[in-house]
Amino acid sequence: MKSRYGFQYWFGMSVRQILVIFATLLSLFPVYFMAVSSFKTKSEYIANKWGLPSSLNWANFQTALAGEKFFVRFANSTILTVGSVVVSLIIACLAAYAFARMEFYGKRTLFNVILSLMVVPPVVMIIPLFVTMVRWHLVNTYQGTIIIYTGLLLPFSIYLMTNFFRAIPREIIEAARIDGCSNLGIFWRIMMPLSAPAVVTLIVVNALWVWNELLIALVFMQKDELKTLMVGISALRSRNYVDIPATMAGLLVATIPIVIVYIFGQRFFIRGLTGGAVK
Amino acid sequence: MLRKKIEPYLFLAPALAVLLIVFAYPVFRLLILSFQRPTAGKLHFVGITNYKAILNDDVFLQAVRNNLALLICVPIMVVVALLLAIFLFERIRGWQFYRTTLFLPYLLPIAVVGLIFSYIFQLSGVLNDFLTAIGLSGLALDWLGSTRLALPTLMFVIIWKEVGFGIVLFLARLMSVEEDLFDAAKIDGANWWQLQWHVTVPQLAAVIEFFTIVSIITMLSWVFSYVYVMTGGGPGNSTMVTELFIYLTGFRYNQMNIASAVAVLLLLVTGVFIFLELRLRENSAIVEAVE
Repeated sequence: MKSRYGFQYWFGMSVRQILVIFATLLSLFPVYFMAVSSFKTKSEYIANKWGLPSSLNWANFQTALAGEKFFVRFANSTILTVGSVVVSLIIACLAAYAFARMEFYGKRTLFNVILSLMVVPPVVMIIPLFVTMVRWHLVNTYQGTIIIYTGLLLPFSIYLMTNFFRAIPREIIEAARIDGCSNLGIFWRIMMPLSAPAVVTLIVVNALWVWNELLIALVFMQKDELKTLMVGISALRSRNYVDIPATMAGLLVATIPIVIVYIFGQRFFIRGLTGGAVK
Repeated sequence: MLRKKIEPYLFLAPALAVLLIVFAYPVFRLLILSFQRPTAGKLHFVGITNYKAILNDDVFLQAVRNNLALLICVPIMVVVALLLAIFLFERIRGWQFYRTTLFLPYLLPIAVVGLIFSYIFQLSGVLNDFLTAIGLSGLALDWLGSTRLALPTLMFVIIWKEVGFGIVLFLARLMSVEEDLFDAAKIDGANWWQLQWHVTVPQLAAVIEFFTIVSIITMLSWVFSYVYVMTGGGPGNSTMVTELFIYLTGFRYNQMNIASAVAVLLLLVTGVFIFLELRLRENSAIVEAVE
């Protein structure tokens, strides 16, 4: 039997370690590059693109936050994210309760249809949606865009919550029913409090999705004072003259909320994103 | 008793209303729009004229070719994700840290990542500075500015960002495989490759299939943001993709009906894979792995 500490074991582990470290450096480099560049002056950036900055130069952050309506865009992104996450959560939980704990005609088919909507690309719907939203005067409004985001978040949300509700023991519900609890009462007083972990997962995953989304925001929030952070960022590429360090500072501020949420809610992220397949 | 029959639909009503507005009605309208054309400010049915027009449109055909070329990313992503997931599963030192960092790109906004990478791949960007510094100035190319390299560069960024999802997915599944299976194979004298091929891959078959299908759908219909931010479809349409074609045709050139016909075709193609994905989800072979 081969020794656990033999040459072959040592060699194999080293190869693995080197490959994984290489992949990790590759994953982190853009973030590192963004972080160090945002503290450099323009001339320092040109002379030294990948090294550490000689000193922490905060001026770029002032430039970034002052220009391009940064706070307005940040606020727009926040409004859309909070709005669509909250609305979709409530609607999805109600529907999930019906799928998990009620019997009705066409349940299985309806559930499958909703599941299949999960991967339908939004680009397919944007043209007719735009035509409709123009007619309803909902283009360039928070409400209109929140409705669209809610619709796009619903399939995954319903799926995740239905699976979670199904796992809650029937006995608890039966006991409450005998005590005279209505369906709405059971939903509100029993299912929701028991589902806190799933709800957190869903909020984290959905918030990330809306915060990062570009296409819908581009089409439905066209007015300058309504543009989201990601739309503002994507417009920077086509500039002929760009202050790269200041741009990087802006990108860093736009990314920080995500990184913070990720660090504190890592297991929720992983559970939520793999929940679709490895339930 | 009537109440009991109606109640489920009351719980479902808000969800169904939103889904009708966002999915069902638009798809129905899309079909109609794709067979119409505006003349003198009014829409008229023109049969399959729009479809004929796009099938003769070189830019559209280029976009389709590019989407097909992007499919090369799928096998690369599967293999890279599988290898890294296996290494992490073998508990190399610091595997939890690596899992955190390897997953990070998947969470970052494409707009942000795209912009950072376009500064990295610029002619005077970090990559070329680095290549020159180590004496490989011959390799310092215009990564995003040449028609030959722009698409492969874009593919690199897409793989860079999407592969983390595969790693986490595979790792989660691996952790739920019975340890005995690996031990039994080891006792039978299987070497590392045999172990992966005969135990790991079959055990992961369902998640691998799932990841493959999701990635195919991504390459065909979820790459808009990458292209929009990094190349805008250029240079010379060399990175044009179907989604960008729909967006530009519909909103920049105001040819909503042509754009609708393209969207119908895209929906039909992705529909095949959406159906496959649904079949897979129904299949109970995919089991609970994440606590």
